[in-house]
Amino acid sequence: MPAPTPSAEVRTRRIALAGNPNVGKTTVFNLLTGLRQKIANYPGVTVERKSGRLVRTEHVEIIDLPGTYSLNPKSIDERVAYDVLVGRMDGEAPPDMVVCVVDATNLERNLYLVTQIVDLGLPVVVALNMMDAAQEAGLEIDVHTLSKRLGLPVVPITARSNVGFDDLRAAMAEQPEPSTEAKWGLMSAVDDPVQRLMQQLDDEVPGLPERRRQFEALGALTSDPLLNPWKGRAPGFYQAVLDTRADLEERKVPYRMAEMTGRYGWLSPLAADVITRRKDPSEQTRSDKIDAVLTHRIAGPLIFAAILVLIFQAVFTWAIPAMDLIETTIVALGSGVRSIMPNGMIEDVMVEGVITGVGNVLVFLPQILLLFFFLGLMEDTGYMARTAFIMDRLMRRMGLSGASVVPLLSSYACAIPGIMAARTLANERDRLITIMVAPLMSCSARLPVYTLFIGAFIPVGAFFGFIGYQGLAMVSLYLLGTVMAFVAAWVLKRFVFKGSASMFVMELPPYRLPRMRQVLWRMVDRSKAFVVRAGRIIFGLSILLWFLASFPKANPDPAVENARAEVQAAYEARIDSIAAAEGLSAGELVARGPMDAVNRVEEQRQLQLDELAVENAGRQIRQSIIGRLGRAVEPIMRPLGFDWKISAGILSAFAAREVIVSTMATIYSVGEEGDGEPVLLRDALKADRYPNGEPVYTPLVAVSLMVFFVFALQCMSTLAIAHRETNTWKWPIVMWLYMFALAYVFSLLVYQGGQALGIG
Amino acid sequence: MLTLRDLKPGERGTVTGYADDDPPGRLLEMGLLPGTPVEVVRRAPLGDPIDLKVRGFHLSIRQHEAQRIQVERL
Repeated sequence: MPAPTPSAEVRTRRIALAGNPNVGKTTVFNLLTGLRQKIANYPGVTVERKSGRLVRTEHVEIIDLPGTYSLNPKSIDERVAYDVLVGRMDGEAPPDMVVCVVDATNLERNLYLVTQIVDLGLPVVVALNMMDAAQEAGLEIDVHTLSKRLGLPVVPITARSNVGFDDLRAAMAEQPEPSTEAKWGLMSAVDDPVQRLMQQLDDEVPGLPERRRQFEALGALTSDPLLNPWKGRAPGFYQAVLDTRADLEERKVPYRMAEMTGRYGWLSPLAADVITRRKDPSEQTRSDKIDAVLTHRIAGPLIFAAILVLIFQAVFTWAIPAMDLIETTIVALGSGVRSIMPNGMIEDVMVEGVITGVGNVLVFLPQILLLFFFLGLMEDTGYMARTAFIMDRLMRRMGLSGASVVPLLSSYACAIPGIMAARTLANERDRLITIMVAPLMSCSARLPVYTLFIGAFIPVGAFFGFIGYQGLAMVSLYLLGTVMAFVAAWVLKRFVFKGSASMFVMELPPYRLPRMRQVLWRMVDRSKAFVVRAGRIIFGLSILLWFLASFPKANPDPAVENARAEVQAAYEARIDSIAAAEGLSAGELVARGPMDAVNRVEEQRQLQLDELAVENAGRQIRQSIIGRLGRAVEPIMRPLGFDWKISAGILSAFAAREVIVSTMATIYSVGEEGDGEPVLLRDALKADRYPNGEPVYTPLVAVSLMVFFVFALQCMSTLAIAHRETNTWKWPIVMWLYMFALAYVFSLLVYQGGQALGIG
Repeated sequence: MLTLRDLKPGERGTVTGYADDDPPGRLLEMGLLPGTPVEVVRRAPLGDPIDLKVRGFHLSIRQHEAQRIQVERL
């Protein structure tokens, strides 16, 4: 390559990274780009676009294509890979060269994609990865012969231990010529018509190299997504393809198989020639031995269940100390800000709105981190595929797929990573159903609600002395959501998404030791994305909610003002009498320092002022927008056992579930600064009464409310992600509606049923 | 006609063809072509899907798909 002249503008070289899934392409990408990465989305689709700059180099961009087994566009990933490689992707110039990452232990199947990319006429460097695993499996690969027969540079590497990357970068810098080798043969019954089609294409769209023309002609013949773009550009060719198809079909020529038969027909002997096996191939590999246990008929599901329990324990129990720490810090921060900032609106927004709101997101961070950690661990070791393998039959009965297991499990922590994880589902229908039911898996945000109400209203005690009522209640709520998710999936499959059954074709990759650094890095990366995305929304909402709760400002109640004045007067009178008894003035008494009698008077004053503050805050909430909205919807909510305060809380929770706790705290004016005993929200709820003296919250009301929370979709972030993943507002809206219907109906049944049975 | 579904875990065979004229492209791309040796490693704990060894790697497909692939026993 000629060196650029100093005054010439240096063009950015674009290098695409292609390869099968599970070949370590991500590791290669990370090693080539270091931390100089950028993640976005391709226009109009939900496929991630990962790009980065080559380390220690300027002007070289590396684009990580989705992992694909072939370029034949059956799935959205393949479509994107193909479009980028031929330069059809909006806003992307075609790459200057392609680095194909190939798994050395799986040469034949991996090279299939390589021959396709070669046929597109692009320069290719083969990164022969997993050489360590190959050696362990007793495979010796004649790299030289492989390189010669492919007509491509082949660089052996082991990405996980950073071996071979100097050679790889050198090969990449040299910009190879497109290969003139690797000429696989097409069966003549298909080759003849393809040659004619190639001619036709050349007539209408001259300038395409011969190999590329063959790829396009054969591709158009066998695949509609490859044919359709030609309708406008080369209508004669388009029609000729249709005619050829009809002819071949009539003569029963297996033309759809021709490409695969042809490519593998060339690859099989090549693999046989370059691979020397030092071990008996029928001997069980270590991976096989592990699978014998992990997918064993009995041990398999048991081990899977045990792993799930472990993950659940970790995410819900071990995370607690960290969560408490974060919560304490947030509260301290709030107090700190209050003490610094002048009293007033800005202070209120900052503390009640922003700090509390954002704090509500951060509190979940330990759980999210742990969840992404375990997910990453399962993916990296290859166990993830086994979970789909074990669960598929069960999941299919309920309208889902084995691959839905992990997205749904993730949703127990948070539906957002769960919905994002649904991208692994190749079948669009399965993916959509998974997304639609994921929010029913009780996520972490519901926990504060469950905890508050179970703690306040479910009695402490146990069946048989060890099955605690409270624990049982918690488990029941989780079960309820889970069962309903499966029911909903079944209904969706049966009545809404009727269609042909999806195909399940999945590779079970060999088990590999996880690369902890990679797992941890991805954990941080994905958690960051969640916090930022959810955080932004919650931030905005917290401010909005603060506004709705604070305005319009209630006019000072003259009665309360009088009471306040009386309290102050009584206080002053008492201070004067104590001072007189000591022979001092009031000022000198206070200056002298702490004294029992004075302290008691101070405490009493504070207590009385606190009570008045509670009364005032209640009035404020009642007057506020959210209070009025709560009262407006109260008639609809009464049959469920909810008064206007709960209704207001529910309304606020539609933005984000955990917000109800802080809204209720505001309504009951709990947690205010003061020297008096802080009133626990739990106690405030228990103490609340209707005007006629009946308690607002009974255990039945609490259960009804919790059931409502099991089902209702109360999370703006989830709706936003669902919109992004489905590219439409239709499904998020349907999701919200059906979940609200479930929430209302079940809550109604619980409350009315309970009352009828005399429980309420 | 013997299909992949009929093979028991541990048995080996060679693919001979397909039950219908339009075999799924994905299976072909993974290398399940006529003449390819294939081994049924196991069935999932619940009976479905099955784990196949083909061209040196493990492929998992449902019985429904396995039924469409014709084999002869080795």
